[in-house]
Amino acid sequence: MKTLLIVEHNNESLNASTFSMLSAAMLLPSIITVLIAGSQCEPLTAFFKKNEKIEKVILLDSPDYQTPLAEDLAALIVKLAPEYDYVLAPASTFGKNILPRAAAILGLSMLSDVLHIHEADLFTRPIYAGNVLETVRLKEKIKFLTLRPSSFSPMSMQGEAVPVEKIADPIVHERRAQFIDHELTVYSRPELQSARTIIAGGRGLQNKENFKLIEQLADKLGAAVGASRAAVDAGFISNDFQIGQTGKVVAPDLYIAVGISGAIQHLAGMKNSKVVVAINKDPDAPIFQGADYGLVGDLFEIVPQLIAELDKD
Amino acid sequence: MKALVAVKRVVDPYVKIHLKPDGSAVDLNSLKMVMNPFDEIALEEALRLREQGKIQEVIAVSLGSVASQETLRHALALGADSAILIQTDAWLYPLITAKLLAALAGQLSPQLIMLGKQAIDSDNNQVGQMLAGLLNWPQGTFVSRVTMEADRLVVKREIDTGLETLSLQLPAVLTSDLRLNTPRYATLPNIVKAKQKPLSVMTPEQLQVVMEAPHYEVIKVEMPRARKSGVKLNSVAELIEKLKTEAKVL
Ligand SMILES: Cc1cc2nc3c(=O)[nH]c(=O)nc-3n(C[C@H](O)[C@H](O)[C@H](O)COP(=O)(O)OP(=O)(O)OC[C@H]3O[C@@H](n4cnc5c(N)ncnc54)[C@H](O)[C@@H]3O)c2cc1C
Ligand SMILES: Nc1ncnc2c1ncn2[C@@H]1O[C@H](COP(=O)(O)O)[C@@H](O)[C@H]1O
Repeated sequence: MKTLLIVEHNNESLNASTFSMLSAAMLLPSIITVLIAGSQCEPLTAFFKKNEKIEKVILLDSPDYQTPLAEDLAALIVKLAPEYDYVLAPASTFGKNILPRAAAILGLSMLSDVLHIHEADLFTRPIYAGNVLETVRLKEKIKFLTLRPSSFSPMSMQGEAVPVEKIADPIVHERRAQFIDHELTVYSRPELQSARTIIAGGRGLQNKENFKLIEQLADKLGAAVGASRAAVDAGFISNDFQIGQTGKVVAPDLYIAVGISGAIQHLAGMKNSKVVVAINKDPDAPIFQGADYGLVGDLFEIVPQLIAELDKD
Repeated sequence: MKALVAVKRVVDPYVKIHLKPDGSAVDLNSLKMVMNPFDEIALEEALRLREQGKIQEVIAVSLGSVASQETLRHALALGADSAILIQTDAWLYPLITAKLLAALAGQLSPQLIMLGKQAIDSDNNQVGQMLAGLLNWPQGTFVSRVTMEADRLVVKREIDTGLETLSLQLPAVLTSDLRLNTPRYATLPNIVKAKQKPLSVMTPEQLQVVMEAPHYEVIKVEMPRARKSGVKLNSVAELIEKLKTEAKVL
């Protein structure tokens, strides 16, 4: 059997999810082909090393794929998929944008957000904001799946690079959709999805200025910054920092929730963290229920103290 | 110009979910049901585009049992001009939902179809993209801003690394993210008026869609293991100590 693994990247570097996706793909009884579609991204092929299951990289290098559109990527996948038994992509805004479109064009059902691969056709995924886990047998001939990177530990790769097969752009662009521009966040801290420590702030921070406290604490710990929906809605920080059912799903070693109440939609994004610390002035806040360590009190006293204590080390 | 908005009846996002005693499925009996929050946002955006004179008619559509009429009445109370229930008791998995919506679009010829980015029950985040693929229309998913210019839409999308702006030629499919707008409330007079607005019922047969069973089977559902409650500590010093020596994460 054969797997087509669609890699997320920005032409210069691979998304951290790539190596988790590879270890997930290794669980399937099939040989892996990696698809890299982008522009001037050939150096990325060198990260994929030969092993018993990784066969080759398919590279589509074209200016049209600088910031690829769902319409074009889906058309590319539709063209390649019939040779494969599995088509995988990360359950990110990238993967979720393209895979359902391609699957539907091929008349296939697919599964989103796969957390566990049990057998060749048996998968578990979360529903109801992760309050229920559903185990599904997918009977389609080509199994399209988006996978949660945080549920699979990243694979390390060594050795000789795999062969690269270049394909010329096979897609007729209709150009009914056009990329205009993007405003990308410049990350000065670890990426949320691969960070070992995350400091997340909520509405309790009150305003953007105060939210800097979260950033200061994060910098003390070499941590990533995250936020609740309320903090993003209020403009303390941009949308790409939201953690939860409809934001990013993370699973760091340490998650410190500051001024976050712990709504189920927020818990959906962080409850698989190894150790959870909650700082909240309300002793009954639901966040304390799943927290390993809780501090009840005013975050404006506690966080500066925490920063000062860490300074002593 | 017509806009079609897909609104799903789902369990209230703030209620606690349980499984049936035999563990076979989620027990929705007697739980409060609402319009999927993302669909409320999608509907609000269509209403605003109508108020700006960019589109003339907003049609709400829901798929499901007769109970979904309640969701459609809510859509009418919020301001939709008319509503359509595609009535079926069959299992509505994303691909069949997309096929039914595509067939309806074939009959109504809307220029814009708005959906939520995901239904908060099944959390699939698939139907909008599938529909766009089936219709071969451009798609703007997870949008947080929409501007309509003649025959094009300019949309801002929330992506994992920030925001992306696309220009889409109509007809197009959009799916809403949380920050697109804040939906209005239905006022009492509008709730009363909604009772007079047209709500029609269609069947999958009328749309000539064969209700094939999905090519997958739910083997089991279960509640994930709950995180155990930990301890409340008295001081920052104690927290640092615990994180170092007990949890070993510092
Ligand atoms: C469809 C849908 C999707 C959603 N998706 C998400 C999602 O992906 N992610 C997400 O996070 N939410 C999501 N939500 C929203 C979620 O339901 C909550 O509204 C949100 O998580 C609340 O954010 P918060 O905890 O920051 O704010 P609040 O609930 O207002 O909590 C603020 C907390 O701060 C504490 N506090 C205030 N001042 C202080 C102080 N000085 N010191 C210490 N503590 C203080 C308060 O006690 C309170 O517990 C979604 C909701 C819906 C309906
Ligand atoms: N049964 C339904 N009735 C109406 N709209 C639906 C239905 N199911 C899904 N949708 C639409 O499709 C969107 C995405 O759903 P999903 O892909 O299931 O997460 C929802 O936000 C709705 O707009």
